Amino acid sequence: MTAGRNLVEVENLVKHFPIRKGFFSSRITGYVQAVDDISFTVARGETLGLVGESGCGKSTTGRLLIRLLDPTSGRIMLNGADLAHIPADELRTKRRDVQIIFQDPFSSLNPRKTVEGIIAEPLIVHRIGTKAERQARVAELLKLVGLAPDHARRYPHEFSGGQRQRIGIARALALNPKFIVCDEPVSALDVSIQAQIINLMRDLQRDLGLTYLFISHNLAVVRHIADRVAVMYLGKIVEMTDKNALYENPKHPYTQALLSAIPIANPDRKRQRVVLTGDVPSPMAPPKGCRFNTRCPVAVQRCREIEPPLVDTGSGHQVACHLVTP
Amino acid sequence: MRHRLFVSGLVLLGLMVLMAIFADLLATHNPVQVRARFRFRPPSFDNFFGTDNFGRDIYTRVVYGARLSISIGFAVVLLTAIAGTAIGLISGYVRRLDNFLMRIMDALMAFPTIILALALSAALGPSAFNIVVALSVVYTPRVARVVRASVLVVREADYVHAAQAVGASNLRIMIEHILPNSMAPLVVQLSFVFAYAVIAEAVLSFLGVGPPPPTPSWGSIIAEGKDYIREAAWITLFPGIAIAMTVLGLNLLGDGLRDVLDPRMNVDNR
Repeated sequence: MTAGRNLVEVENLVKHFPIRKGFFSSRITGYVQAVDDISFTVARGETLGLVGESGCGKSTTGRLLIRLLDPTSGRIMLNGADLAHIPADELRTKRRDVQIIFQDPFSSLNPRKTVEGIIAEPLIVHRIGTKAERQARVAELLKLVGLAPDHARRYPHEFSGGQRQRIGIARALALNPKFIVCDEPVSALDVSIQAQIINLMRDLQRDLGLTYLFISHNLAVVRHIADRVAVMYLGKIVEMTDKNALYENPKHPYTQALLSAIPIANPDRKRQRVVLTGDVPSPMAPPKGCRFNTRCPVAVQRCREIEPPLVDTGSGHQVACHLVTP
Repeated sequence: MRHRLFVSGLVLLGLMVLMAIFADLLATHNPVQVRARFRFRPPSFDNFFGTDNFGRDIYTRVVYGARLSISIGFAVVLLTAIAGTAIGLISGYVRRLDNFLMRIMDALMAFPTIILALALSAALGPSAFNIVVALSVVYTPRVARVVRASVLVVREADYVHAAQAVGASNLRIMIEHILPNSMAPLVVQLSFVFAYAVIAEAVLSFLGVGPPPPTPSWGSIIAEGKDYIREAAWITLFPGIAIAMTVLGLNLLGDGLRDVLDPRMNVDNR
């Protein structure tokens, strides 16, 4: 068992949302295949970036990992325990190990609670410490995320977006989790604030030994913080490897198209743009064969018939494309 | 402008509440004492609003009527707030029970309000308490629907997901997170329920299923005065004005509260 090295091991994770029609019968007329059979691992202390465009299933993956959603099938191993199949009371205690940081710092804090109430809630729920101990812990957490302890009595609306995100991070850290799902944690912030929050998260990772799943559509941000990157398209991982290999030598046509869309801050430099046409197909009826074949600039007949598996092309660079792995 | 309307609503309602509280001090006569010699006196310095067919002072009866209407209104608001919030909260959060609870609410709402209240008070017997029960049954669905609607919005907020991710119990999430953030539309709705209750109480008393005579109620004063409306219009006029003022005050208050509590409407026009 590789449980020693990997904190999180996801195997064949599937999430299909049923579409119901009809008033009396509630017939299931189809499924939205949000996440369709993905597997990956996250090593201890590592950051796995998860990128892809809107609706590709990256947020659903994050919510499955912290069990805000029930997976349709598959295993989510955390420290050797399968989060997907443990009884509810065990899940409650396991929740201390996995936390989430949300995208929208305005919707993620209860406007009717003080900062102290928000950060101390995980402690109250798990009956940790006395009131005085919790207050001390809140002050400690506030300091940890770069806020002042006397902010504890204020309400969320008194803070800026960046400060609110720090409060959200403090809440996520309250239970000393091992693994944190960061669901687009900086997408809603100003660019100048993004860097501050990213650096804070890196410092926290180093100091507390945290493991991150960093979900984002911003490739530049992911390049900055991630150790390895997985690219998702229509519920599937199409390419996964360590950061440098992905950004310097992308193999999947979709990854190439994504990377070619990053602007370069040099007007004289020519770059090769791979422009994708058309829209992402509906996840209710994904195309046969490779899911990317409808928009792929280099698709051949085989791509329309057989779905390419995710294959290791050497030194851990996994790609799901017929043209890369014949 | 909106502020001014809100304040006038508050003042109108405040006056009515004060009238109800200090009815004993404000009254000039005994509200139920029959004085045959003073029948059908028009408004004067002795009888501000005139007297009715039993020689009772209309002003005094209207003042005591405020006590009945306002307390019935308050009681109905209290009961519908508790029942409606509980049903709306459960319905919106525990989706398995949603259909069941809401179809019961729909069935109650499908009845014409006054007919249902009339049937209930007729069945329960004429008393102020039974009117409160009947009106609460009638108006609970409105409150429940409003609460459910805002619960459905709030339950998708990320702070609710954060609490779930921590492992908080459903009860805790409902009480700590969802309830406090679903209250704004409820407050507005309750001010309208208050107004409806005042009208409905008057209507039920007018129709004779209210508190039995000679208890002064705005509805029953109007009912007794309607036969003499040509000769002694003051009997019906003044309780009618009292009802109109109370309901107007509550509606202005409700509109004002909606504006104050809805942040989108706070942006301009100030």
